[in-house]
This record gives sequence, structure tokens and C-alpha cells, in this order.
Amino acid sequence: MKKRGMDVLLVAALVLAGVGMAVLLWPREPGEAVQVRVDGTVTAEYPLSASLRTRIEGVGGYNELVIEDGSARLEEADCPDRICVRTGRIRQKGQSIICLPHKVVIEIVGAAPSPAPDVTGR
Amino acid sequence: MKQPAKNRFSAKKAARFGLLVALALIFSYAESQIPPFFAVPGMKIGLTNVVVLTALYKMGSGPAMGVNLLRIFLVGLLFGNPFSVVYSLSGGMLSTVVMILLRKSGRFRLITVSVAGGVFHNVGQIAAAAVIMQTAQLGWYMVVLWFTGMLTGALIGVLGYEMVRRLPDALFE
Repeated sequence: MKKRGMDVLLVAALVLAGVGMAVLLWPREPGEAVQVRVDGTVTAEYPLSASLRTRIEGVGGYNELVIEDGSARLEEADCPDRICVRTGRIRQKGQSIICLPHKVVIEIVGAAPSPAPDVTGR
Repeated sequence: MKQPAKNRFSAKKAARFGLLVALALIFSYAESQIPPFFAVPGMKIGLTNVVVLTALYKMGSGPAMGVNLLRIFLVGLLFGNPFSVVYSLSGGMLSTVVMILLRKSGRFRLITVSVAGGVFHNVGQIAAAAVIMQTAQLGWYMVVLWFTGMLTGALIGVLGYEMVRRLPDALFE
């Protein structure tokens, strides 16, 4: 059955491509800082070691960013789908939480910036 | 591939096409009402693809593309917003084109065609998200949705295979 052979080949190729991507892209390194981008522009960066709660003004709404215990999450948002909230915590370099409606991306990056002034007092 | 002119615009054909669009529309709406309880945000079953597969195998490439295009615009108009249309369009078109090409090659079974369609639907959506959000940092979603696309594609492929097998050809002549 030549036909079946081609099916197996295509599915195997898809699996291999998926595994290849996973190996290339899976985040392994622990991150150092949280970068906030709104509509493609970096608006803030906080160290992951911080403990803070801040409001991100996105396009047409807000997302509440919480950093504690070395991880970041979007705890609250007024977007309709709230997928960003359900995404949960991220802590490793390259991981991100995305709020499509508000065009907000928070991403874990490697280099730690100097702590933002409003963090020092906790 | 060309159909005789007398068949192209027959009322029967139009009615059948409308029926499939309506069915796809209902599936889209029904699926949007399922709360996203899956662990992966953005993961969908893709019920609509049963209709697209049926159109593809019973009526051909043009109707398959047509059903999906109309469905996307109608869903966007009725329940969505311009952004959701862009995402659906990018995913739906890529997946339909891939499925049309795989079917035309004549070398793959319906289920395999559906698996590829599931994967490329997600690829298209993530590509649109990458452009709109201006970020390349969607790699993690890509990997996860690549595999969930294969899984849901296989499920829909089984359903679609049964649909295509059981629906009499006479219905679509």
C-alpha cells in the first residue's frame, strides 16, 4: 500500500518537525527579569526577584502584573477572554504571557535591569 | 476540474453550499460557547473543519475554500471583531490551502489531510499573532499548538471520514 506509506511519512515528518521545534525553543534557562511590552514597545522591566504588583495600561484596557517568589503572572485583566490570566505563572527565560486584545506581552528575559525606583520600599 | 457551466450556478448547488455554510457557522458558534477548560490557551477542537472536509471531498477545492471564507466573515460579523477575523482568516486559509494541496496530490488519506490541516490552522494563527503583536516570542505556544493541532486534526479527521463515507454522493451531484 503505497498510499498508507505516504501518510505515515507525512505524520512522521510533522512529529519530527514538532519535536525539533520543541528542542530548539523550549525555555530552559531561569530568567532574571520581566519585560513588559505594549503594542510592540518596551514600557517597563522589573527584576524577577522583586515582589510587586503593578497595573499595565494596554490598548483599550489594563492587565495587573504580579511578581513574587521569582515568577510573574497577570493576575487580573479587563479583557474579554482573560486567556492571559489563565496562562498562569512564568519564570523561565523566553516564556511569555500574551494578552491579544490589549496588545500586552510580558516576557521573561535574561539580563536583570536595575530595580525600578517604586519597588525599593515594597 | 472545470465543471460544466450549467451546473455552476444551479439553485441546487447554491442551496447545498448555503447549507454547508450554515452548518459551519453553527459549529463555529457552538464551539465558541465551550468554555476553554483545556490547559492550553488557544487550543480548539476545530469542529468546523468537519464541514470544510465534507465540502472538500464531496464538492471540491473551490467550495471548501468558499465555505470556510464565508463562515469566517459571518462569524466575525456576528460574534467577533476585526482582530478575531484576522486570526481566523490567517489560520483558516493556510489550513484550507494545505488540505486542498494534500488532497490534490492524491497520496494521503482524509485523516492525514485533516491532521496537517489542524497543524497549519494553528501555524497560521500564530503567524498572524506574531505579526500583529510584533513579537517572535511565540515559540512556546507554537510547539504546544503544533502537537494539539495534530491531535485535534486526527479527531476531526475521524469524524470527517465518517461524514464523507456516510453521506451519499447523490446529495452533492
